[in-house]
Order: sequence, then structure tokens, then C-alpha cells
Amino acid sequence: MSELSLTGVRKSFGSTHVLHGIDLHVAHGEFVVFVGPSGCGKSTLLRVIAGLEEVTDGAVAIDGTDVTGLPASERGLAMVFQSYALYPHMSVYKNMAFALENMGLPRDEIDKRVRRAAGMLQLTDYLERKPRALSGGQRQRVAIGRAIVRDPKIFLFDEPLSNLDAELRVATRKELAGLHAELGGTMIYVTHDQVEAMTLADRIVVLQAGKIEQVGTPLELYNRPDNLFVAGFIGSPRMNLLPGTVARPGIVTVGDGGHEIACETATLASGAPVTLGVRPEHLSLSESQGLPLAIELVERLGGESYLYGASPGLPQIPAFLGTARSSRTSREAAQLRDPS
Amino acid sequence: MSLVTKLATARRKPGRWHWTDVAAYAYLALGVVLMFGPVAWLAMSSFKTQAGLLEFPPSLLPMSQREVVVAGHAQPLPLFEVTMPDGSTRVLAQVRRIGIQAQMVDPANPAEVIRVPIDKRTLVREFKLATENYTEPLERFAFMRFLWNSVFVTVVATIITLIINSMAAYALSIYEFRGKNTVMLMVIGTLMIPITIILVPVYLVVTELGLVNSLWAVILPGAATPTGVFLLRQYMLTLPRDLIEAARMDKASEWQIYWRIVMPLAMPALAVLAIFSVMWRWNEFLWPLAVLTKTESYTLQIGLNAFQGELQTQWHYLLAMTVVTLLPVALVFVFLQRFITTGIANTGMK
Repeated sequence: MSELSLTGVRKSFGSTHVLHGIDLHVAHGEFVVFVGPSGCGKSTLLRVIAGLEEVTDGAVAIDGTDVTGLPASERGLAMVFQSYALYPHMSVYKNMAFALENMGLPRDEIDKRVRRAAGMLQLTDYLERKPRALSGGQRQRVAIGRAIVRDPKIFLFDEPLSNLDAELRVATRKELAGLHAELGGTMIYVTHDQVEAMTLADRIVVLQAGKIEQVGTPLELYNRPDNLFVAGFIGSPRMNLLPGTVARPGIVTVGDGGHEIACETATLASGAPVTLGVRPEHLSLSESQGLPLAIELVERLGGESYLYGASPGLPQIPAFLGTARSSRTSREAAQLRDPS
Repeated sequence: MSLVTKLATARRKPGRWHWTDVAAYAYLALGVVLMFGPVAWLAMSSFKTQAGLLEFPPSLLPMSQREVVVAGHAQPLPLFEVTMPDGSTRVLAQVRRIGIQAQMVDPANPAEVIRVPIDKRTLVREFKLATENYTEPLERFAFMRFLWNSVFVTVVATIITLIINSMAAYALSIYEFRGKNTVMLMVIGTLMIPITIILVPVYLVVTELGLVNSLWAVILPGAATPTGVFLLRQYMLTLPRDLIEAARMDKASEWQIYWRIVMPLAMPALAVLAIFSVMWRWNEFLWPLAVLTKTESYTLQIGLNAFQGELQTQWHYLLAMTVVTLLPVALVFVFLQRFITTGIANTGMK
């Protein structure tokens, strides 16, 4: 069992407060992704877990043992760095064996583990090469291999895919998911790419400005965001957040035209300001009814198309146009209908 | 070889001489003469005899008078080419010179003495290497001992310098601690104190420790150089922090991070420091002169100094031994030149 729990973790660099009291529990075998915009403290949080940064306040516990004061080398975790941090003067084999040598394992055991990891990651042919003779994707795999051979309690990934090109990123993402299924270890993964977060995570932790905004499964976050930040952060294109007012129970008006939309208003009083969140794919085109929209841009991504429109008094509204291959939108204006 | 000829005949446009080609080659040739000329002259002069060195006008090549052993004369006699009154020339050996007349004999017929005006004869000279300049000091004086002392001092001091300086640089570049910058400033600050100022205090310390006349007295005081610490620290600062942290995650101890990660990666800077250290130690003069007073503990530089007496300098030995002294440093340069250029470029040291 490898669990991790953080209680009231704070981190300050001088007078700059980076983490403001993080409480989190990661269960055994879970794949948790920290996601958030740049500078939200997600990497710092990972480094605190790794032991590379000391906490200013709070506690870190692994498997119920307090490790707050332990240095990185004694926590039994493995980390994959954004820069890969491969030792440039060592061969791939040596890179992977380094940690095992430090652990004092016998030579044949080291050899067995390195070759097994190399086999899993298709690195067997490159074991004698130096890192500089490898492509970006191969270096990435060596960095992962270096973590795997350790058989660590928890894997930590610090934006491991951000230096790869788009195609390789998707492929490696799938490999990582496969790896997690195969190894079953506890993994903590930091990224700013919400697609990575959505596809890999068992649970996503959304961070902003050093605080946890929401923790949940990808679909929970997608369907039931707790707050505006999470609503806007998860999903691409962004969720439409339309400022409006409650006109009367069950009806909200948005925009300068005071267009009325029927939705549940619960206990909100009439006249209360609200923000209406609608995902682009929940909007559909309509000729006759709904919110009038001036089309500004149509993005055709091949498989799917998005329409960007404007309505007076509202921010730009993206809408999913469906999967039609050759939809020709020649009209200047369209009507959007909210199906809910 | 073809690469060398290609380099040496490189021109702006192949097959044509542009005036810049001529200017460039002339400039480079001048540079070669200026830089390499004195060394070449030293090397050639080191093979001249004592008489050949004092000759005026000086010759470039080591030439010496040809001598011949003639029956009836204990010493070998110098050979001269003589223009006889009838206009013919003969090669004769000079027995002695009296005023403007020289008494000469034909080596084939030693009984007959021929008188020749000295302006009618010219020396017969031949190319001859006076290798005794090298062999005699090496045999008669304890030059092998000096050489060994110098090698020992250079090698041991360089190793100690590399280890101590790299450790200090490691601490000053990798760790964060209070007063780190103050320590660094103090280390660099010692650069401002010239050796002549600390000569006496350090000498007293060395005397107290009973190290006078021991090679360790030369090695130890200069082992930690601020230049070395600074150079290595600056280089280590450029190593990615991620590597150090990755090693920490890989359960490496601090010693292992230092020895297996930082040291191999700091190789270019270490090579530069090693080269500098070898040069400093090999050429060091003042400090060894102060602490080494017994002949058996002399280093080469002090040994060379011994040839320079108050009244007379044995130039032929001095020059030959200077060549011997130059060789190791020259070899270091030839083989480590690559490291010097790349290393200096990387470390910003000159």
C-alpha cells in the first residue's frame, strides 16, 4: 500500500506564499493529476511531496508515516522531470542502474530490473547509448524507465510530456496510461494541459494560486464544476460563462437583449446576478428560436467544427457545430438553442 | 597529412592569390617568428658548446670547430682552411697562434710546421650537437633528482588542488546556506593579496610545522587556490539543478552526487584547472626558493637557478636544462590543447 496524505501544507519563499494550506489524500494505486495555470503552485506541491522543497508548515505522510522532515533520498519516491534530467555522461543502462546501485542491490538483480524496464519501454536496443544520441521521445522513455526500475512507492511526474511534439505527446500519453494499468503504482502527475489531465487521471486536483479549487474524477469536474474557475479551466473550447440575472423563478435573462433562458434557479431571488455556464457542445444551431448570434469565425478541425459567435453584451460564444464534414455556413447570423 | 597541407595552403578562393591571402600569411608568419622564434633559438642554442654560445656574430645552428688528433700533440688541434701564398688552399691544423702568425701543421705530415698569417685562414666548422650539455648536468648534478621533485610536486599538488577546490566549489554552488555569498567574496578577495605579502607569515607557519626542506612545504600552502574555486564554482552553477535533484531522488548520497554526477560533468573546468595548476606548479620559483634550501629537495626551477652563479653563468647547461624544463609543459599543451580551448571558452577564464 502506498498512500499519500498532505495536511495543511504551506510553502513560502521569503515573503511569497506559494501554497496556502493544501489538504489532500491520495489512495493506493491512484493516478492523480495536478492541473492548473502556470504559477499556481502545482510543481511546487509536487516538489514538496518529493522532498526537494521543505514545507513551511503542515505535514506530508506516506503510508501513514510522517515524512515531512525526511530528505528526498529517503522517501522512496521516483520522479520524472520536465527536462528528463538524464545524466549526460552515463549510458542509458547506467542512467537506469544508478539508483539501484545507490540502493546497494546485487549486480544481477540490477541487470534484471534494467532489462525488464528497457523491454517494457522498447529501449533494449539503446541501452549502450548516451542520452544525447537519443530522440526526445526516447529520452522521455529513459526518464520513465529510471523511475520504473526503482519500484518506488509513488511515481511523480512533473510535466513530462511538455517537451514532446504533439503526435509523440499523444502516443506517450497512451503509453503512460498503459504503464499505470500494468504497474498499478500510485502516480502523481503535474500538467497544465487539461487534455492530459482528463485522459490520464483517476482523480484531478485543480489548483489555482496555491489553493485546491476542486478534487474529483475527470467527469465530475467536467459535469459538476464547483466554481467558475474549474468550469472555465476544464474543457476545450472553454465553457461559455454568460453573465445574467434571474428574471423570475425558472427563467434567467442574458445579454443586452434580455434573452430569456429557462433553467433551474433553486432558491435564488428574482433580480439576483447569476453566471450561466453552457458547454459549447450543449449548444446547437437553430434557424428560428434561441439566442441570436452574429457569426465571427468558424473553425473546421476536420472531424469537428466550432463556431464562434457574438451577441451584444455577452463574451464571445463558441458552439459545437457537429461532426459534419462539409457544412457550409454561408449565413451571416444564426440562432443558438440551449437544449437544457 | 593532407589535412595539414590543405590547411597550410588555404586561400580565399581556391587556386588564386588574393592580396588578403598574402597579408594573412605574412601576418601569421610574423606571429610564428615572434612566438616560436625564441623557443627555437633556445632549443638550438642548447646544443651549442660553451664557446659556440659566446661566438659573435652568433650562428643559428649549433656549429663547432672541427678538430683533429695529430701525432705528437696531446690535445686535438683545430682545423683551418688556409689560402697559401701560391693561391691554393689547404686544410691545416693549428698548433698555436703567435701574434698575427699561426703555426700550423698538415695532419698528414705533422713534422713540418707552416707559418700562416691569421687573416689567410678560416675555421673549418661542422654541424655538431653538444649533447653533453644534456648528459653532464643529468649525470654530474642531481638533475634527475630535481626532475623527480618537480614531477612529484606538480602531480601531487595538482591532484590535491583539484580535489579540494572542487569540493569547495561544490558546496558554494550546489548548497544554499547562510553566508554563502560572504564566503565566496572572501575566497575571491584573497586574490587581491599578492604572494610577496604572505611570504613571511606562510614561511613561519611552514617552519612551525617542521616542513622546511620538505616537498610538502611547496605543495600544501598553494593547494587551495581562489582562482580554482571560482572557476569550478562558476562552471558548476551552469549544471542543471534538475540533475542534482534527480540524483537525490535516485537515493544518491552527497558524496555520490559530487563524485559521480558533478565531477564528471565539470570535466571541462577541471581540465582547465589541471592545466593551470600544472603550469603554476611547474614554473613556481619564488616560494620553493624560500622553503627549499637543501640540494636534494630542489625543484627544477631552483636547480636551474644554481647554474647562474654570481660571477659566471654556465649558459650551455642552463639552456639545455631549460629545454628539459619546458618539455613537460609543452607536452601538456600539445595533448590537452583541445580541453584548454573548449574549457576556457566554457568557463570564461583566460
